[in-house]
Amino acid sequence: MSVTLAEVERIAALAKLSFSDEEKAQFTEQFNQILAYVDKLDELDLSAVAPTSHVLAGPPLLRDDEYRPSLTPDEALANAPRRNKNLFSVPKVIGG
Amino acid sequence: MIHSFTDLQSIQGKLAAGATSCAELTEYYLDRIHEGAHLNAFISLFAERARAQAVEIDGKQKKGTAGRLAGMIMAIKDNMVLDYGATTCGSHILEHFQSPYTATVLKKLAAEDAIFIGKTNMDEFAMGSSTENSAFGLVRNPLDNDRVPGGSSGGSAVAVAADFCTAALGSDTGGSIRQPASFCGVIGLKPTYGRVSRYGLVAFASSLDQIGPLTRSVDDAALLMNVLAGRDPGDSTSAAVDVPDFCADLDKPLKGLRIGIPQEYYGEGLDETVRQALQKTSEFLRDMQAIPVPVSLPHTEYSIATYYILANAEASANLARYDGAHYGARADAARSLEEMYVQTRSQAFGAEVKRRIMLGTYVLSSGYYEAYYAKAQQVRTRLRDDFDGAWQHCDLLLTPTCPTTAFRIGEKASDPLTMYLSDVYTVSVNLTGLPALSIPCGQDPQGLPIGAQLIGQPFAEGTLLRVAKQLQLHHAPTRQVLRLEER
Repeated sequence: MSVTLAEVERIAALAKLSFSDEEKAQFTEQFNQILAYVDKLDELDLSAVAPTSHVLAGPPLLRDDEYRPSLTPDEALANAPRRNKNLFSVPKVIGG
Repeated sequence: MIHSFTDLQSIQGKLAAGATSCAELTEYYLDRIHEGAHLNAFISLFAERARAQAVEIDGKQKKGTAGRLAGMIMAIKDNMVLDYGATTCGSHILEHFQSPYTATVLKKLAAEDAIFIGKTNMDEFAMGSSTENSAFGLVRNPLDNDRVPGGSSGGSAVAVAADFCTAALGSDTGGSIRQPASFCGVIGLKPTYGRVSRYGLVAFASSLDQIGPLTRSVDDAALLMNVLAGRDPGDSTSAAVDVPDFCADLDKPLKGLRIGIPQEYYGEGLDETVRQALQKTSEFLRDMQAIPVPVSLPHTEYSIATYYILANAEASANLARYDGAHYGARADAARSLEEMYVQTRSQAFGAEVKRRIMLGTYVLSSGYYEAYYAKAQQVRTRLRDDFDGAWQHCDLLLTPTCPTTAFRIGEKASDPLTMYLSDVYTVSVNLTGLPALSIPCGQDPQGLPIGAQLIGQPFAEGTLLRVAKQLQLHHAPTRQVLRLEER
């Protein structure tokens, strides 16, 4: 498979990234090199193969659902770029 | 006057005899770090805190209450969080991030009186094989300053090789402990997935990441595993598997141990000097009455493609959290929320991180998911089947860690695919969750170290350490760079 400049722009929008025209052109070229390489997997017949999403032997071990002390609001907000009382403050959200 | 120590045992011997102190050791390492500043191994140092801890531990030492790691001065890869200092992950986006909590592994080490001297430089978000991708500048190999130290745990490997610390922690998603260990001539162990808690490790690819030690001695690696391993309620993927005493069987003879030699790891692309060093290593093990056995891992040639699909897919999801809203850098000029996301991420991520987020987003996007992500998960099953087949014939595998010795700075930087292909011998281990260790096994004509990789069955780190111990004792001692002038 190969990608076009327009597809690179679509992926960038999904990934919330923006690039200069020069970067986009470079990405398109590098993408296509890398995709040409990973197309190698098409050589394999995988019709009867189950997927592996992780290598754990059993289900994940979850702790009991009980109250435990957690971060205080001040600790949780300590790294906030902008804070308004106990809230993270961000630019206004208007439009779609 | 302190002389360099190779391992904690010799340090603790001197401590017990009153011939040195943690305070003196801390000064020694701080001086070394200062002298080797051109290597750029550290992102932050905790000099004053380390000095204070040293005095405290020296006090405990006198009272006989010091922990198992008293005298161990450690460097920590800067993707593990501490509730002091910054945790940058080698990225501008986390440049000023101060964690409110501490990673489980670091709590465990501190509880045994290890001292953290600083956080080490790394490829941004651990994405890279050369430590050229750090927002805080590239790291140089102490053996040849024009060469890379490997990556992504390049700073940790350099810190151990150049005697800036007794031991270090790294993380390994596709070879990021083993490959720099190989390039710098030290020991690096990637434990079995689930063996060591990832709580407090900044996530790159959650189904592949694992924390492990870099050391100059096998004994130190074993001791650190005793401290690090075990189930952690903070990490649901940490395994409820018994933790043996990794130091107990280190000196057990190798007689009868079957060492698999996977032919696919000795094919095209392998440097001739590396091949010869591995051949000698195999002969040495045979002389120790282990039994080399030829085995086959037929899907090896598909491992890089599989790895870069799965690792980047997971990375694109994990790195979605860096949006400028809750922590980390924020682009302040943004007029809307959407602009804030896009500008923050575009300005604060480096080129390689963006490339991988893009690739990961692509392989997960509608219309391509089946062709890439789903297929790679199936190949992952095939890779596991390969190893399961090999275990019918052998107890562990012996391979090169890398196809070459350390390459030159800039040599692969402009060609991402060539850089990715250098991980050909290390990524299968992460995809299958197996433990693997890199240990020096010789050097090339330029004096650059060559690493042998030992790959083990699940949770059989002890077997790897046992073989490594014999290699270190009788085959190829760990190199140490004691003269730090620029070279």
